[in-house]
Amino acid sequence: MSKLLKVEKIKKHFKTSRGLLHAVDGVSFELEEGKTVGIVGESGCGKSTLGRTVINLIPATDGKVIFQGKNITSAKGKILNNVRRDMQMIFQDPFSSLNPRMTVSEIIREPLVTHRIKFGKKEIEEEIDYLMETVGLAPRLYNAYPHELDGGRRQRIGIARALALNPKFIVCDEPVSALDVSIQAQILNLMQDLQEEKKIAYMFITHDLSVVRHMSDEIIVMYLGVVVEKCLAEKLFKRQFHPYTKALLSAIPNPDIDVKKNRIILKDEIASPIDPGLECRFAARCNYATEKCFKETPYLRSIEDYHFVACHYAESL
Amino acid sequence: MGDILLKIEDLAVSYTTDNEKVRAVNGINIIVEKGETVGLVGETGAGKTTIAKAILRLIPTPPGKIERGRIIFEDKDLLKISEHEIRKVRGNEISMIFQDPMTSLNPVITVGNQIAEGIRIHQKVSKAKAEILAGEMLEMVGIPLERFNEYPHQFSGGMKQRVVIAIALACNPKLLIADEPTTALDVTIQAQVLELMLKLKEDFNTAMIMITHDLGVVAEICDKVAIVYAGQIVEFGTVKEVFKNTAHPYTKGLFAAIPSISGQKLKRLHHIPGLMPDPTNLPLGCQFSPRCNCKLECCDELPSEDIYINENHFLKCHLYAQKQKEG
Repeated sequence: MSKLLKVEKIKKHFKTSRGLLHAVDGVSFELEEGKTVGIVGESGCGKSTLGRTVINLIPATDGKVIFQGKNITSAKGKILNNVRRDMQMIFQDPFSSLNPRMTVSEIIREPLVTHRIKFGKKEIEEEIDYLMETVGLAPRLYNAYPHELDGGRRQRIGIARALALNPKFIVCDEPVSALDVSIQAQILNLMQDLQEEKKIAYMFITHDLSVVRHMSDEIIVMYLGVVVEKCLAEKLFKRQFHPYTKALLSAIPNPDIDVKKNRIILKDEIASPIDPGLECRFAARCNYATEKCFKETPYLRSIEDYHFVACHYAESL
Repeated sequence: MGDILLKIEDLAVSYTTDNEKVRAVNGINIIVEKGETVGLVGETGAGKTTIAKAILRLIPTPPGKIERGRIIFEDKDLLKISEHEIRKVRGNEISMIFQDPMTSLNPVITVGNQIAEGIRIHQKVSKAKAEILAGEMLEMVGIPLERFNEYPHQFSGGMKQRVVIAIALACNPKLLIADEPTTALDVTIQAQVLELMLKLKEDFNTAMIMITHDLGVVAEICDKVAIVYAGQIVEFGTVKEVFKNTAHPYTKGLFAAIPSISGQKLKRLHHIPGLMPDPTNLPLGCQFSPRCNCKLECCDELPSEDIYINENHFLKCHLYAQKQKEG
């Protein structure tokens, strides 16, 4: 399979009055056509910033994004516009990511017109009808406004809008976290069906490990801007090496009452991403941290066949 | 059976808007025994929070109205006692933890004084004594005493929720109502807060009503669980009963819709078709019938009654009733 997307040591730093905020600090991954990479982490770990940087919604500080063989990191103007046609985004909050003054059909029409995908009134109308049908929006909602609809339907509009340009890659930033479970299942199934049908690659950003397990082929666990563990989805749930991943997995309340719980409680909360030093970024909360962890940066290294971990003591824990 | 602490009988609450009546809660019965934790699970708009607010009489009237029912706490009917008396109950005998710790604290009062406020109002102690007690509470929830004089904006989300818990437990209430206490928090912080709540509950032997949409949280900390759908309890029982012998089609659908973290990975998730009924226009029969994939003819017309599977487990379902009749 050909590589659709290649992200190389991408960094995004923000200047703040208190110093340089390292939101994303050297993240690399590759993605094939029709596959899904899941990005997991808690608030403030830089997963949304990563998503936005990858599709060049915000310019990267350093690093490269190669999409379909082209380096798009510094693309501007027309070139960027052409690339954007193939990479779209579905946003977290279906309540604030839709213009309240536009109807459903207007929202879906906008990308078609902006990118001059379809010409002629009739063709555009047909395309809107087709898109609404694809994502399961009833034709009677054609002239409805977003506020008239529930969260699930609104998220369907967001998906239809992203699909309008027939993209090859979609960044999904917490697309289901604002939805109830029964609606969440509807949307996840829809996204899977679309992926199978249109061979779209997803970058699926979420804090919910059970959702990411269901959707992804590969999973990247992030903590304070860096990747702490990266491997194939099924492998991660069988064996985790990084103490943070272990704690994260053990912390999820499991509705299966037969499973024995061995909860690892982490101390404190996520540290500040401003001007981090050489230490392991997880060291302050880690139950196994030694002196070395506070002095040397653990780099992402291969532990076994396609399983990468950033921890000095991964093997012995 | 232990001692009954709270008994809700046939409670119904509605909100009146310009020309419609939103029937948020439609005849629910709940019994909470001393020291036990009852989970209320349901999706957005199921009426969970309205039930909690009704117990403390916090429903704004108008537009809200308690249509019928009784809420017996120990030997008082909370719906009948005077405003003066209910104020003695609120925060003292029954207290509440709200969903969003970011907005439920007063931004211009130090956290220590916010904890002390409840103590001073309910326990007739001097200001100095209240502050000492508040300091003890702060340490109990794992916040160092040095932070007594800090303001809420200086705290992170998890820490704020700890402060809210300290306020709720400051007067040693007999019943604690927690409305989605961990929904706004990250999982590792959620784990810390749940652990703390479990420990405090044991130390104080407080009964708890835990409102959540997360069946995982229920499995971890509840003794009994009520599944709420469109303002009714469609299934109720001990956690073991409801999770192991799930009987109601809606509950089954909920379990099937959650992607598994430990079991077999499914190719597709099971989803419940459609949406929750509009509370201004509820179905005549079983509330779940429009979405149910195993409904009978009578389901659309006849409301379903509570059917007991055993003394620890009941549900509202015509199909189950029929099966039970047939043996």
